[in-house]
Amino acid sequence: MRYWDEHIECMDRSTLQEIQFKRLVETVKRVYTSVPYYRKKMQERGIIPEDIKSLDDLKKLPFTTKQDLRENYPYGLFAVPLSEIVRIHASSGTTGKPTVVGYTKHDIGIWSEVMARTLVAAGADKHSFVQIAYGYGLFTGGLGVHYGAERIGASVIPISSGNTRRQIQLMVDFGTTVLACTPSYALYLAETMEEMGIDKSQLKLKSGVFGAEPWSENMRKEIELKLNIKAYDIYGLSEIIGPGVSFECEYQCGMHINEDHFLPEIINPETGEVLGEGEYGELVFTTITKEGLPLIRYRTRDITTLHYDRCKCGRTLVRMEKVIGRTDDMIIIRGVNVFPSQIESVLLEMGEVEPHYQLIVDRVNNLDVLEVLVEVSERMFSDEVKKLEQLEKKITKAIEETLGISVKVRLVEPKTLERSEGKAKRVIDKRKI
Amino acid sequence: MFVKQISVFLENKSGRLAEVTGILGKHDIDISALSIADTTDFGILRLIVNKPDLALQVLKENGFTVSATDVIAIAVEDKPGGLAKVLEILYRRDIGIEYMYAFVGKVTDQALVILKVEKADEAIEVLRENNVKILPAEEVYAL
Ligand SMILES: [Zn+2]
Repeated sequence: MRYWDEHIECMDRSTLQEIQFKRLVETVKRVYTSVPYYRKKMQERGIIPEDIKSLDDLKKLPFTTKQDLRENYPYGLFAVPLSEIVRIHASSGTTGKPTVVGYTKHDIGIWSEVMARTLVAAGADKHSFVQIAYGYGLFTGGLGVHYGAERIGASVIPISSGNTRRQIQLMVDFGTTVLACTPSYALYLAETMEEMGIDKSQLKLKSGVFGAEPWSENMRKEIELKLNIKAYDIYGLSEIIGPGVSFECEYQCGMHINEDHFLPEIINPETGEVLGEGEYGELVFTTITKEGLPLIRYRTRDITTLHYDRCKCGRTLVRMEKVIGRTDDMIIIRGVNVFPSQIESVLLEMGEVEPHYQLIVDRVNNLDVLEVLVEVSERMFSDEVKKLEQLEKKITKAIEETLGISVKVRLVEPKTLERSEGKAKRVIDKRKI
Repeated sequence: MFVKQISVFLENKSGRLAEVTGILGKHDIDISALSIADTTDFGILRLIVNKPDLALQVLKENGFTVSATDVIAIAVEDKPGGLAKVLEILYRRDIGIEYMYAFVGKVTDQALVILKVEKADEAIEVLRENNVKILPAEEVYAL
């Protein structure tokens, strides 16, 4: 089984575009009538749904940003009555408020479908044992992959994240064939396996679907070698649907976007102008089948480019390259979005007028680690070691509660953190990915 | 009765201590006692100098995080059990010691010790009652 839905995945592009156009028009009508926020935005631009006469008219529509989601927290952009929402997921936000997304039963069906395509492209079928080591819960990773694996009839091992030695033992005992987790966790599993004295030959593992954080070709090679599998990159974001927005095929030459559901564009992040094939810019998605939370021209802030030529795998779905960066200063640590502004607000709350701090991200034993350097000011300083250590602990705890990940806080001397043009360099990313 | 101690925040990296002493030397400031308390990441340098106000100012000007703290300087008999006797007095009155250190290279028949305690006024009182010699600030700065 090479494709999950050959009809769609290999459809000729003019037929696909007809479907896309029909669905786009439906979506625009839906948000215009059901979401006052979109109606207002369109009216401000002097647009009505009838103005969408071709796919090319997409560019007339307003953008949606994470800020829009936040301003309409929690349910303001939902396009159906809340009684039709069957699932809520959320991602962490910059201001403490998460981004909330909602799914109807139909949306969950689409999600299962696009994840089914993703898993089949990675070699899974109904005979597979899929071990899902993504976190389950409000994070979309775990349940997204879960529903896709169920859809293809695979045997699902819903182990969630953590508990590494147990993961490995179950992989051996249950005969796991497909692993789903973050790429850094895959490497961590491989290393722990070595420590446990378990050889890759004891595993039945054939492939893995890895996403939720950036990773390199070198990392892919390492994972493939150490676990003796083929490692597939997957992409997604909760605002659009979760994992399953795009997926790699066996040729590993970019990720095929499930374009019959998510319409991609690449724009110049400064001007908003739509860019051509092969040009790098910000990836923007319009969902064209979603009911619960349809999004028009949602700005992902991810920088990449698109290729429309037919892939060797036979799929006609457009391919996006690996994301090469972000339009903002967000950093992704162990799959969690971290913004320097979050650290800043924690320090401000601790009574620092103008906190000087720096984030150092590194990868130790294939796990991301975050060190927060804080310049000690006179107000914070004490002549007692005990008090400074308490301060370190207090800052650590406050940051960990805000970010939801562990950090190491280190107090440093004032004016020792690098500044350029009077402005502090907030993030140093030492990860070699 | 209190002696003004200068505390400096230092990262644990080489050369920093030399920099502090260099700055003080340049301003003709004499160090009479010194201690360093350190952890893996940082240290606190504590100094007794002859011109504490000037030291505070020049170290600040050079970008160090500095503070001034009141501590007590005492003289104990320089023989076995001399210090123990003083500590015993404080212990009996339930006065906790935050930290303490001795003066550097002073050749006398008395050992000079710096104490930072929780209840400073009470500590002075009880030390006096027990005839422990408390050194006045001017005398300490002049050492
Ligand atoms: Zn392909």
